[in-house]
Amino acid sequence: MPKCPECDADVTVGADAVKGEIVACPDCGAELEVTSTGPVALALAPEEEEDWGE
Amino acid sequence: MNSAPTVGVLLSRVRVEEKLLLEELERRGVPTKLIDDRELVLAVEKRPELGVDVVLERCIQHSRALYALSVLETWGVPTVNTFEVADVCGNKLLTTMRLIRDSIPTPRTRLAFTPESALAAIEELGYPAVLKPLVGSWGRLISKVNDRDAAETILEHKDVLGTYMHSVYYVQEYVPKPGRDIRAFVVGDETIAAIYRASEHWITNTARGGKATKCPVTPQLNELCVRAARAVGGGVVAVDVLEAPEGLLVNEVNYTMEFRNSIDTTGVDIPARVIDHVLGVARAAQRAG
Repeated sequence: MPKCPECDADVTVGADAVKGEIVACPDCGAELEVTSTGPVALALAPEEEEDWGE
Repeated sequence: MNSAPTVGVLLSRVRVEEKLLLEELERRGVPTKLIDDRELVLAVEKRPELGVDVVLERCIQHSRALYALSVLETWGVPTVNTFEVADVCGNKLLTTMRLIRDSIPTPRTRLAFTPESALAAIEELGYPAVLKPLVGSWGRLISKVNDRDAAETILEHKDVLGTYMHSVYYVQEYVPKPGRDIRAFVVGDETIAAIYRASEHWITNTARGGKATKCPVTPQLNELCVRAARAVGGGVVAVDVLEAPEGLLVNEVNYTMEFRNSIDTTGVDIPARVIDHVLGVARAAQRAG
């Protein structure tokens, strides 16, 4: 099972996860990005920037 | 007969909205190509073989969306939304000027370029007034200025700490609203759904905790929002509407709309309607091409 790069907790990622998807660590709440799916790898998601939005 | 269109989806972060859109494409068996904006190198001089008939832009960064759309449009690639829509909607002043051009009611707005003239603009509109950055979303860095002391402080902070974009002062009247505003979703020529966003805070964005409930799409709301969408260039947009004492005012128009809180609330399959529109744009281009 992939680990949170922030707190080392086990993070469950759905089988339908896609690269670029954002998941939250259940323990520390860090936003994590799925950087690959076979096998699943996680990295801290980028911090919000000034031009982010809709 | 033309073959079924291939849809390119330009994105980096796959949020709930992008997953729903991708699922809808997959459900219909539409050939789809994901384009990660972080891996893009656009050799701008010549259109490469992209292998897509239309690009659905879903970048989270306005700057990436804007410049990628500029290149794609110059290459003749159909996009949803267009560069024009991203350019206008990504900038509050440009949006306001389109609304005014088309006689669409919007809050009174002042533009100023120095802290001193911005203070004069705030005093003329009266307190409370609202200061907004020209570019930004999710209610970020929007200030309700309740008195002159606050105005002087905020203007000094923006002048000293902000980037140059924060030295263009966009000031609006504060519109007293009934604890909520309206977010309406326009696809093409129709307002397909709307929600109320309720909050005890004056900022009602659902990204900031505003609670969504269904808002009926009246003929009046539909007409106002479709006109606002056309004013910014049309396509797939979310229109923010304020219920002011004098009537409905269009506050903003968003071009990479978020809708995760609005599907169950409204009962409208928003991603399906978006994909219908995207495929329609691709087919129209195929017929024309």
